[in-house]
Amino acid sequence: MPNTLSIVVVEADRDRALQIIDSLRAAGDHDIRVISETTGLARQIHQHNPDVVLIDIENPSRDMLEELALASGPQDRAVAMFVDQSQEGLSAAAIEAGVSAYVVGGMQPERVTPVLEAAIARFRLFQRMRAELAETKRALEERKVIDRAKGMIMKARGVTEDEAYALLRKTAMDQNRRMADVAEALVTAAGLLS
Amino acid sequence: MRNTTLSLGFIPLVDAAPLIVAQEMGFASQEGLTLDLKRAPSWSSLRDMLSFGQVDAAHMLAPVPVAAALGLGNAGMALDAIMVTSINGNVIGVGKDLADHLVDQGHDFDFTDATKAGHALTAGRTTPLKIGVPFPFSMHAQLLFYWLNALGLPAPDHVEIKTVPPALMADALAAKEVDAFCVGEPWGSISVDQSQGSLLLPGSAIWQRAPEKVLAVRRNWADTETDLAQRLIRAIWRACQWLADPGSRLLTAELLARKAYLDRPTEIIDRALSGTFTVTPNGVQRHADEFLDFHTGAANFPWRSQAQWIAMQLALRVGLDQTHATKAAGTVFRSDIYRAALRGITPDLPGASSKLEGANAAWTSVASESGSLTLPPDRFFDGSIFDPSETTRLKNRQLS
Repeated sequence: MPNTLSIVVVEADRDRALQIIDSLRAAGDHDIRVISETTGLARQIHQHNPDVVLIDIENPSRDMLEELALASGPQDRAVAMFVDQSQEGLSAAAIEAGVSAYVVGGMQPERVTPVLEAAIARFRLFQRMRAELAETKRALEERKVIDRAKGMIMKARGVTEDEAYALLRKTAMDQNRRMADVAEALVTAAGLLS
Repeated sequence: MRNTTLSLGFIPLVDAAPLIVAQEMGFASQEGLTLDLKRAPSWSSLRDMLSFGQVDAAHMLAPVPVAAALGLGNAGMALDAIMVTSINGNVIGVGKDLADHLVDQGHDFDFTDATKAGHALTAGRTTPLKIGVPFPFSMHAQLLFYWLNALGLPAPDHVEIKTVPPALMADALAAKEVDAFCVGEPWGSISVDQSQGSLLLPGSAIWQRAPEKVLAVRRNWADTETDLAQRLIRAIWRACQWLADPGSRLLTAELLARKAYLDRPTEIIDRALSGTFTVTPNGVQRHADEFLDFHTGAANFPWRSQAQWIAMQLALRVGLDQTHATKAAGTVFRSDIYRAALRGITPDLPGASSKLEGANAAWTSVASESGSLTLPPDRFFDGSIFDPSETTRLKNRQLS
């Protein structure tokens, strides 16, 4: 099939790699390989000789791909970062979503677009999941520390749970600080004094 | 003056100090600016963040905007350097195997003599020497190419330059992907500590005055946000001036060590700031003068001739037309914006925007806008002199 592209995905996390593959498969019948080990990345990619390389923007090994732009031999195909000049701003969208694509020289932008769109959608999902996870973690941590601070106040002042909570909230409001921060300070101070 | 927030990207290196100090020590707020500093995972990502407007300005390898002007490795966006933020600051080191080999040959690791070190490095080799650098378009790569070429050891027959992110350099040495490396601090010291290797030379042993990092912006930003660009230059210029005071060293190391910035021990960071290095696993200490210069001798002035030297070297390396390359690079270092920002603030604005590179063996007096200023020694290790006007003349002679 003439539309089949050979795609290399650089991703160390196996689950993420599988999810990316699923998304790309939905965008067309492509030949997809995953590289998980980044030692000698440029050399590995050279061996696969792909049309498109996809890599997470946060991956520090990304710089290794930049040297592929300088094809060193006559048989080598120069690979450069995909940049669209169209109105949709696909490159900017990719960067915001956290993925970058490298394509071989002379590749028609129309052929890469569906692949890149699928990758962008998947990386946006990753980003959302990461944000949600971080937010949930933070909320849990904060609840834990507020509960501990509340317990300390109840013990030290002999008040009820509701009164301890009210006192924490009032202090936070008076000092223009977040309740979690006030609780954190109390727990740290108590730790130092005990 | 209304307070404006600018977002600036940086890579966690000692030479990101001017941006960090500008924000932390209040030089930015003095200009009504708040700098939102964003740490980037790699040079390519930082370049793209800048190109696509996720940051307004970035701590950047001096050759990146030049390479972009030559159509090399760019994202289609013209980038300009509005000031130089540091001179020198790289180290060349070798992995354990090569270090042992050099010791067997009686090399003394003097950390000074580039000719001797270069010959020792390549003596008796049958395969090309593999050297890791952080980015293909970097002063690290440029210095290595220049150094080994001048010694008659050109790439790719004698040397292979490979891109390896500094954090992975120790692994690459262990996996024998590279034999040696050239990186910025603190990564040289960290790689030597982790790999049991040794430091061979400071970058300044190859060129005494190599423009290492610049403050890069999108060209259209520089031309439309003139007022902001000038305020940003002044804030970072004052930070550089503060950094040049030896009394600032201790605090600088503490600031940079913070989790949001380099997140590394102050002791490692201080090696670059003091210029005193542990060069071998058994603790031999060596000192390099002017190892990393943030300010002295008009260090922050973006000389057009610096951009032209970089362009000429890049053109030689990848086989582009040299006249065209030096011409395209001339406008990338924006001495015009820099002058406008600092006129009346510093007397150290040179009369010319271009100079001979490599001509000064000692501090030399040159004309400035307000009289004269002195420029520091800037020799190449092989004594050659780069005359930016010469490349054009040479070419014209060949054509006629």
